[in-house]
Amino acid sequence: MAIIINETTKILVQGITGKQGQFHTSQMLASGSRIVGGISPGKGGQVVHGVRIYDTVEEAMMTEKAEASVIFVPAKQVKDCVFEAIDGGIKTLVIITEHVPLHDAMEIMAFAEMKHVQIVGPNTFGLISPGKSKIGIMPNSIFISGSVGVVARSGTLSYEIVSQLTNAGIGQSTVVGLGGDRIVGLSFIEVLAQFEADPETKAVVLVGEIGGNAEEEASIFIKTMSKPVIAFLAGKSAPPGKRMGHAGAIIERGKGTYDRKIIALKAAGAYIASLPWEVSDLVKKALTETIHVRF
Amino acid sequence: MRLYEYMAKEIFRNNGIPVPKGQVFTSAEEIADFVAQIGPVAIKSQVLSGGRGKAGGIKFASNPQEATEKARELLATEIKGLKVDVILVEQKLSIEKELYLAITYDGARRKPLLIASAAGGVEIEQVAEELLVKRLIDINVGLQPYAAREITRQLGLKGQIAKHVVEIMLKLYQIFRKYDAELIEINPLVVADSQEFAADGKMTIDDEAAFRFGKDVPLVEEKTAVEQRAAELGISYVELEGEIGVMANGAGITMATLDLINEFGSSPRNFMDAGGGSSIQATASALEILLSTQPKALLINIFGGITRCDEVAKAIIQVKETMDIQVPMVIRLVGTNEEAGIALLREQDIETYRKIDEAVAKVVSFVKAKGA
Repeated sequence: MAIIINETTKILVQGITGKQGQFHTSQMLASGSRIVGGISPGKGGQVVHGVRIYDTVEEAMMTEKAEASVIFVPAKQVKDCVFEAIDGGIKTLVIITEHVPLHDAMEIMAFAEMKHVQIVGPNTFGLISPGKSKIGIMPNSIFISGSVGVVARSGTLSYEIVSQLTNAGIGQSTVVGLGGDRIVGLSFIEVLAQFEADPETKAVVLVGEIGGNAEEEASIFIKTMSKPVIAFLAGKSAPPGKRMGHAGAIIERGKGTYDRKIIALKAAGAYIASLPWEVSDLVKKALTETIHVRF
Repeated sequence: MRLYEYMAKEIFRNNGIPVPKGQVFTSAEEIADFVAQIGPVAIKSQVLSGGRGKAGGIKFASNPQEATEKARELLATEIKGLKVDVILVEQKLSIEKELYLAITYDGARRKPLLIASAAGGVEIEQVAEELLVKRLIDINVGLQPYAAREITRQLGLKGQIAKHVVEIMLKLYQIFRKYDAELIEINPLVVADSQEFAADGKMTIDDEAAFRFGKDVPLVEEKTAVEQRAAELGISYVELEGEIGVMANGAGITMATLDLINEFGSSPRNFMDAGGGSSIQATASALEILLSTQPKALLINIFGGITRCDEVAKAIIQVKETMDIQVPMVIRLVGTNEEAGIALLREQDIETYRKIDEAVAKVVSFVKAKGA
């Protein structure tokens, strides 16, 4: 099982001939991803890492029935490429690119909603179901397969936490990066709901940060979940009004503060790791406690 | 990027939203003629700060002489720590009614959001929730007249005023889209002599859309000099007021590093996300920026994914060779090419840590020892 992607997922890479596109195609192939084609206008017929290149998504879809696509093109071109993928019949889209304009992101999400397409990102490291498939840019070596789901807003911080889980022998079912932008596709709730329904996932780690109200909204759903959720949030010490790197990470008008988020998550019954290295112990604790409750 | 009031109003005027008669001045000596023409005026300092009125940034005058004096006062003051370089002198309105209108975005709903209230003129945070009308807009459809009419109905507006406010809302939405705005706010939208005017204007434009801005979009620089240099290098940098200079790769991990420094009893001098996959030269420049802010110690926290630890190590060595680094430096390196990076630094007698908690404890102990 796992969520969103698995070993059967057929993937296109848009922007496959760029530096990032090429490198990460090789890394994704190495982690078992089924990449069935690359898109690069004007370069149709060429081959990158054994992957056939097409000029357009429509052309690729005539021979390869891909379900997912990953976007590596520059920010200016993202909207066009996403529309192309959605129009071409892609159902899961991962947008790695950062600096996508706000209005483009809103147009992307509106079209995706209309066509029932799942968008991961923009400004995400992607997602991985370890041992099955990866669509993204994260280092392969830190993941092992297992039964803990991870959903995060932030990239490197997730690597930090996943490495700890892996070092503690706790494998992951799927790790999903929502992306650090103000407008992103999949939300915590949508991912938590899929983890809740996934028989392989036994517990979920949520890695959040200050700004917005995604964690507060997630809390409402966490309350209804049967599986334990372990949360860690970054930005406890961030001063109001300063945007901390991620477009979304800013405390504006007293909203999106660390304290409010923690209160909401605690009230929903989540385990709170106040330091990053507490996560793996809390996962172990949560798993034993949940078993006690069930028996 | 936030625009000054006068810039937002220029955009309003050019796009058909009425604004009070006004002119921009940088010196008090030039305004007498203008005031003689238009009568009583409001003199408004142009600073990028909320609560300007309360902070004394707006003054009123009824004749040219008084206006000149008040303008002189304003140009010599600071409003919330910001120097006043520009003033906007505007016709004073005889206010009948004050409304609030804004268009922004709802991140969770992923859509444009219009907010309106019949209780304008005060800070919108202080307006009771039941007096606010909020409406999400489908970006594929845009704001249509029927939706604007419904909003004016909910605001309790009638007759000509309702008609005019519908027009203003439609134009405001066009501006929101045309200028890639994150926020446009008119507070208050004043009704005076049966006419509506945007008496104040706030506008924040999305920096990420700069590539498609036309010449009619002004540029406002809000960053400090150091922040500006960092931006040119593609580094996300925010100045803070603490002791320890921090560099990490990734916004989330950088924030978490700052949290840990606080947790261990010190404070960060800055937020610096050096990003992923930076070159040796870019990393070295980032380090130079950090040193220029004169922190008491440096902490470098790298979790190599795209970023290669050996390249970070080379950058550190390069900076150490070219600059006289007076402050203690603590380095945490894990991930891609970690062994190679650690070996390079060890040759130079630079100690590294694999565990983040050990690294933070160490750097804080340096600062504490110094202070003692």
